Amino acid sequence: MPGAIYAEGLVKTFGDVKALDGVDLDVPEGTVLGLLGPNGAGKTTTVRCLTTLLRPDSGTAVVAGIDVLKHPDAVRRSVGLSGQFAAVDEYLTGRENLQMVGQLYQMRAKAAKQRAVELLEQFNLTDAADRPTKTYSGGMRRRLDLAAALVVRPPVMFMDEPTTGLDPRNRQQLWDVIKQLVSGGTTLLLTTQYLEEADHLAHDICVVDHGRVIARGTSDQLKARTGGERVEVVVHEREHITAAAEVLRGFGKGDTTVEEHTRKLTVPVTGGPKLLAEVIRELDSRGIEMDDIGLRRPTLDDVFLSLTGHAAEEKPEENGTVANPKARKRTKETAQ
Amino acid sequence: MSSGPEAVPAAASSNVFSQSVRDSLVVAKRNLIRMTRIPEMVIFGLIQPIMFVVLFSYVFGGSMEIGGSNSPAAYRNFLMAGIFAQTVTFATAGAGAGIADDMHKGLIDRFRSLPMARGAVLTGRTLADLVQTALTLLVLAVVALLVGWRVGSDAGTNAGKVLAAFGLLLLTGYAFTWIGALIGLSVRTPEAATSGGLIWLFPVTFISNAFVDSSHMTPWLRHIAEWNPFSATVQACRTLFGNPGASPSDAWPMAHPVWASLIYSVLIIAIFRTLAVRKYRSATA
Repeated sequence: MPGAIYAEGLVKTFGDVKALDGVDLDVPEGTVLGLLGPNGAGKTTTVRCLTTLLRPDSGTAVVAGIDVLKHPDAVRRSVGLSGQFAAVDEYLTGRENLQMVGQLYQMRAKAAKQRAVELLEQFNLTDAADRPTKTYSGGMRRRLDLAAALVVRPPVMFMDEPTTGLDPRNRQQLWDVIKQLVSGGTTLLLTTQYLEEADHLAHDICVVDHGRVIARGTSDQLKARTGGERVEVVVHEREHITAAAEVLRGFGKGDTTVEEHTRKLTVPVTGGPKLLAEVIRELDSRGIEMDDIGLRRPTLDDVFLSLTGHAAEEKPEENGTVANPKARKRTKETAQ
Repeated sequence: MSSGPEAVPAAASSNVFSQSVRDSLVVAKRNLIRMTRIPEMVIFGLIQPIMFVVLFSYVFGGSMEIGGSNSPAAYRNFLMAGIFAQTVTFATAGAGAGIADDMHKGLIDRFRSLPMARGAVLTGRTLADLVQTALTLLVLAVVALLVGWRVGSDAGTNAGKVLAAFGLLLLTGYAFTWIGALIGLSVRTPEAATSGGLIWLFPVTFISNAFVDSSHMTPWLRHIAEWNPFSATVQACRTLFGNPGASPSDAWPMAHPVWASLIYSVLIIAIFRTLAVRKYRSATA
């Protein structure tokens, strides 16, 4: 029995560009699949094919038990789509936007009105309900966009980079909303270029690159594939780097990497906290002063790097935000 | 892995046509609300035709020979049908820009992901534009009266005919917004839709009988002008208003302007609505 979202061999070509090169997906009901990949990997094209916005050149897709290519209208009645551009009318108020979407989902005017009130309440937008959405903050607009996708309580949801361009606080808020939604039994396919986001929200992750799924599994499985834990040390004095490297070699299960300018040394290990304690004692006994030391598990960033040979194109800065990725994304998509 | 048994939800209970009407009205309402929130767009839409009325009637009036008369009054009466018709066609650019903007902002994606009637987004937009066009025509008619435009006093002109003329103008404007819709769906940016939606209107409205007597043009240009769908509406309005027209012509649309205008408009709607809806269904922003 296929899952709530099922795709086999999706291919889509734009001119010379093979945007999708045989994408297979299977998302069990009530779970979250994170589609992870850099810009231009084919994440958005996949979502567009599954939500009837784009017809794939070949392949099959079944959403909520309905064949997407044969019964697109029936699929539209069963899915909610929240895109990366917060598609709400900026001159309409939040309430008017939701009522309009409700009516276009074929709800009666009165029912659409009632549902809008509920959603505004649920998404904490009641105070702003009667202001044009032009005046909303980015986070409020995303929440409204998400609310619009939920008007008919669809069993299957698609979110295309729901938090791209949001500040950390708004991102956290949206994550909470998404978690709540999933706990209610909704099946969700989420695309993101934030490794942290997939880690946080998704049960399963598909890593996409150049229109193909290059790896799939849980976050832990993917990390295990990349290798186990490692010890990271930042020494206080540059002169201590060589001595510290010697110590780490004694404990390590692989090559020690050294970043001279940050005075950071990394070595793969097995043995967990106990081993870490030994490393600390050894370094200490040799009088090597440390600024930082810790046991690190691989991040999805490491996973991505080891799978694709390149980092997730735009490396998140410390707070996880990327300088205007929306604009860049736009250019890319249009170019296709 | 096969796709297994399919569950197909029951189709929406009401029939396709009534759903289409309902959805179109929902979208039209959305566009009308937008107009009230961006009044400057409506105001600029009014200023341009008013400017044309004033400029043409005072600058050209007096140097144009209409029906053997050089009087500014004769030209004003000749001119107004042309200005009215030009005004309704310029609604095209607004429709195109609006739809391109909706694509650009992802709203078309939103609409296309909803289980709504396929043509409703475009029909709703063109209906809302029709309301704006009607409003513009009303204001323009008042300004025209102020600068001295009068419907013919000769026998045969009556209120019914004047209303019929405005009806034809609205129909022509409605037909042209479908061309705008297609342009809006075909270009990549709202800016391109605005300029692309305007450029072609200049030859269409100027190679016509709208501002000058087309019988004075070189023969090949005259043929184009006389068979121009836009000229048919202008000529029909002059006939119905009882205003002086171009010199008599053998061209069928000029001899039967009301029918010609009706047929042209219906044809334009049939062709461009079909093309625009097809384009919409495969639109990708």
